[in-house]
Amino acid sequence: MSIIETSDLSFVYGIDTPFEKRAVNNVNIKIEKGEFIGIMGHTGSGKSTFVQMLNGLIKPTSGQVLLNGKDIWEKPKEIRKVRFQVGMVFQYPEYQLFEETVYKDISFGPKNMGLTDSEIDKKVRDAARFVDLSDELLDKSPFDLSGGEKRRAAIAGVLAMDPEVLILDEPTAGLDPMGRDVLLSQICQYHKERKNTVLLVSHSMEDIARVSDRIMVMNKSNLEMFDNTKNVFSQNKRLEEIGLRVPQITKIMASLKEKGYDFSEGILTVEQAFVEILTKLNKEGKVW
Amino acid sequence: MEFITAENVIFYYENDDEQQNLIIKNAIDDVSLEVKKGEFVALLGHNGCGKSTMAKHFNAMLLPQGGNIYVDGIDTKTEEKTFDIRKQVGLVLQNPDNQLVASIVEEDVAFGPENLGVPPQEIRERVDNALKAVDMYEYRKHAPYKLSGGQKQRIAIAGIIAMEPDCIVLDEPTAMLDPKGRDEVLKAIQKLNKENNITIILITHYMDEAVLADRVIVMDKGKILTQGVPREVFSQVHLLKKHRLDVPQATELAYKLKCSGVKIDKMPLTDEECVEMLEGILK
Repeated sequence: MSIIETSDLSFVYGIDTPFEKRAVNNVNIKIEKGEFIGIMGHTGSGKSTFVQMLNGLIKPTSGQVLLNGKDIWEKPKEIRKVRFQVGMVFQYPEYQLFEETVYKDISFGPKNMGLTDSEIDKKVRDAARFVDLSDELLDKSPFDLSGGEKRRAAIAGVLAMDPEVLILDEPTAGLDPMGRDVLLSQICQYHKERKNTVLLVSHSMEDIARVSDRIMVMNKSNLEMFDNTKNVFSQNKRLEEIGLRVPQITKIMASLKEKGYDFSEGILTVEQAFVEILTKLNKEGKVW
Repeated sequence: MEFITAENVIFYYENDDEQQNLIIKNAIDDVSLEVKKGEFVALLGHNGCGKSTMAKHFNAMLLPQGGNIYVDGIDTKTEEKTFDIRKQVGLVLQNPDNQLVASIVEEDVAFGPENLGVPPQEIRERVDNALKAVDMYEYRKHAPYKLSGGQKQRIAIAGIIAMEPDCIVLDEPTAMLDPKGRDEVLKAIQKLNKENNITIILITHYMDEAVLADRVIVMDKGKILTQGVPREVFSQVHLLKKHRLDVPQATELAYKLKCSGVKIDKMPLTDEECVEMLEGILK
């Protein structure tokens, strides 16, 4: 059984008004437990609306979201439980910090789950460890942290609920290359240890290429592609047509392949390209 | 001719630590640089390296605590010239939503010149030209909140152009945009630089954007780490990596091959150059 399944999932904004707009149109996907899914699409393609339906923040206007095989809206009164199971980190989550100390802020979620104090403490410390926040920082006011630390504290607040599915909407936006690398590695590490399901929405093709097992591509409210990372990034031309790009290295290797050089399809990292080129040169005895 | 000159600029923030000790953090630590008229300069570096603080000095939003900044020959500390300086040097920020004020695109673009006291007839002309310069003329009657991020950011830029500045400083203008929006904004920036001869200072984390500049300045811990034409700067892969900065993937690949003994004469920056270089060694 898939952990998340959608059937003909649609959402229309402003029904029966002049502003009626179909944001998500008949999306059918199945996501298996433990997968790392990248989600990309141009601004306004419907990706944020889509992920907000997965944890019941937005109610679909038609179609269903199944979590572990059960329609999340079957009992609307219990929708709150779904939000503990499917954790959502919004864009610029640091704007949502509100408590007196970082510790209290991170513990807000587990507290609302009705856990005991010692359970809460463990969850808070585990979450802080994943995002590499030291114990001293936990006693500080969240507003005294640096930008990158604030971001990590806010993410820890969601990790502390230990959701089965973790959704991150542009978690690295506005960070510098180093901050981006660190945060991505932490998310990957969390995913590896907890073996939970992660959905990452991002405009950064390099990030998505690095971490995803499979990629969902949204285009004008429709699901355009849903395939493994290699196959998606092999579709260079189509991605450009719909306002997306492939990583520079993928593009370079694709144009060499087009010119008749024998390289693998959909090369995603510099390391991979380097190895392929070097192997080829070695075979032909061209390295001095 | 130099348009902006910074001489030994120092700027620090003061903070108290828990024991009430005064902590002084030098955000800009003795930086000297020049930007020529009509030049396109990219400013790179980590968050907290001082590049945004530096940018705010270019239009007198901040004044140096040590050293001097001259904009078109005027010392930014001359109080009665502050407005002249801001008229000459426009600033575009990261989030377009924080920079748009009116409910109709053309009114938003008119906001700047209105406040400068430009006659209405001329405002009309300036607004139309500014919108045309960023390819947003057809949207002049639209509501800004309904536009895409890239379109909004171009409106913000048009609002600056309508004030007819000599220089535009853009602080991570594409950080919140999707790839297409980024392309649109960059095309607009390049066009303004080439056709209208506006001096551009672009702060960015994206190396593919920095590659488009005439000159790249890399900052680290409040100082200039290195500067030069993009090819020179990005050829120093080792130095940049050591400071955990990115280089374009094309350059990184060439660097790795070079380190393994492959002969590479010219470090590639763009995909086309890299493909050409690889074809050369694979033949």
